[in-house]
Amino acid sequence: MFQFIFRRLSLVIPTFIGITLLTFTLIRLIPGDPIEVMAGERGVSAERHAELSAQLGFDQPLYVQYFHYVTGVLQGDLGNSLVTKEPVLSEFLTLFPATIELAFCAAIFAIFVGLPAGMIAAVKRGTLFDHSVMTFSLTGYSMPIFWWALLLMLIFSVTLGWTPVSGRIDVVYWIDDVTGFMLVDSILSGEDGAFSSAVAHLILPSIVLGTIPMAVIARMTRSSMLEVLSEDYIRTARAKGIAPWRVIIIHALRNALIPVITVIGLQVGILLSGAILTETVFAWPGIGKWLIESISRRDYPVVQGGILIVATIIIVVNLMVDITYGIVNPRIRHSR
Amino acid sequence: MTIATLQAPAPRTPLQEFWYYFKGNKGAVSGLVFIIVICLMALFADVVAPHSPSDQARDALLLPPAWMEGGNWAYVLGTDDVGRDILSRIIHGARLSLSVGLVAVTASLFMGILLGLVAGYCKGVVDTIIMRIVDIMLAMPSLLLAIAIVAVLGPSIVNAALAISIVSLPHYVRLTRAATMAEMSRDYVTSSRVIGASPLRLMFICILPNCVAPLIVQATLGFSSAILDMAALGFLGLGAQPPTPEWGSMLADALQFVQRAWWVVTFPGLMILLTVLAFNLMGDGLRDALDPKLKQ
Repeated sequence: MFQFIFRRLSLVIPTFIGITLLTFTLIRLIPGDPIEVMAGERGVSAERHAELSAQLGFDQPLYVQYFHYVTGVLQGDLGNSLVTKEPVLSEFLTLFPATIELAFCAAIFAIFVGLPAGMIAAVKRGTLFDHSVMTFSLTGYSMPIFWWALLLMLIFSVTLGWTPVSGRIDVVYWIDDVTGFMLVDSILSGEDGAFSSAVAHLILPSIVLGTIPMAVIARMTRSSMLEVLSEDYIRTARAKGIAPWRVIIIHALRNALIPVITVIGLQVGILLSGAILTETVFAWPGIGKWLIESISRRDYPVVQGGILIVATIIIVVNLMVDITYGIVNPRIRHSR
Repeated sequence: MTIATLQAPAPRTPLQEFWYYFKGNKGAVSGLVFIIVICLMALFADVVAPHSPSDQARDALLLPPAWMEGGNWAYVLGTDDVGRDILSRIIHGARLSLSVGLVAVTASLFMGILLGLVAGYCKGVVDTIIMRIVDIMLAMPSLLLAIAIVAVLGPSIVNAALAISIVSLPHYVRLTRAATMAEMSRDYVTSSRVIGASPLRLMFICILPNCVAPLIVQATLGFSSAILDMAALGFLGLGAQPPTPEWGSMLADALQFVQRAWWVVTFPGLMILLTVLAFNLMGDGLRDALDPKLKQ
């Protein structure tokens, strides 16, 4: 087991180095001189240019600059935002809870709808229900989620007035930032209606962000369940006279879930990149909106740092999924 | 006494066999039909579209679709905030989306096949280096990587297409490499090698034609993600720039009219959904028809 974990870990290190190389090169590929880009339209004098160059280390050879960059990154120093002058990491940490909250609710929605839908579709194979689940999931999989967001907003917020249009909570509430998670903070604030307002603001963004993962989970559950249901041990269980629901839930589902768990883990990347679009439409103050805004403001340290952190999170989650998979399924662990 | 002559049906050519399985899949055929229609629409956009995509009818701002009260049959799907015909913009948008898809898929298919063949054929250090880079690219969500590339190169259609083709590269590299490695151990490759075929001949003439099936499927699915990513980049303001009739950027402009004019929001997005869906349906159908394991 340790050997397996060690082998997986040793694969992550080159990937991480590659990503730092990528984000390091990224900022140097921007056309023009980085100091002039930072100075903006005012421009800088030649002396000040040299001074800033030395201060920021641009006068040193590239490999020295890269070494400094990586040492900084490993110590949590991702540079400062050009606009707010705040450290990139601390800006990220204040905004990240909003994205986690959204992604978590989206994942809950995707799992609680996708898993049963896929399971029932497999059990009732070939029926109208099966066909509709497959049609819906293919549609969901092809969905441009930014349009889906606008459409739901049009129907439920504008026409029916059931849910708020954007933001995390009504402006009438002033919620102290304790944990950064609005659902928790609104309860802690003790204000009437604050929690339900936070929930109402979460519904549409979660559905939008959860649509593609839901479709993927439903399809995966269905095909994996179909495979398991044709196994001999299921026939044996049925022949023994075990109740049909028990065969499906206890005997089949447990084995069918193994590939589904991997797929759920792999949705983290989709959730984080989907968050960029969802947050932009719903004016959700998370890291997706932050990244897009910094691109339009040409705040390169933020873009560089943000991409590095998001990619690192995805690598770590994928690693954890792999290791969990190895624990659940010994065949993977001992292969090779 | 007559002798009944029994004649065995002529064996199907591979193409006939493919079509036999493909046409059995209703979804795939409807996807194909939709794609053909939209390709014709894009090709003859200047003839089909009732108006120019950039003509502004100053007396018809935010006009609703024709069948609604206040609508005008001159503008079937209504007009946007500066009086441009939405139908015409969607038709011209099809031209843009399909050509970006074509460029992105062709570019990444070409590069992917080259890298995959080299990795699968050479093995060893070359293989390790190529696959490490591919793994790094796969660790990033495609949209995030595309955004990063466009952020550096600057927002434009060409850069967005470039970003999309870079982003979809890993899939083709992996597929080609896996297929190449499987083919390398076959007897026909060994015998060609023994006869003295050069590595280039082995790679491109012996091995490549036998790896084509999964690549066709992936290219079709690649089309759908290229169109989706292009629209997403356009929506975020990182792809096509405003006056260009592109589906994604049309939606970005529509953001402020959600409350007043539903048609500005609905039709471009519906078009993206239907096109992406058509390519996905066709890709699924192609996979089923080309995969010999499923045929039996």
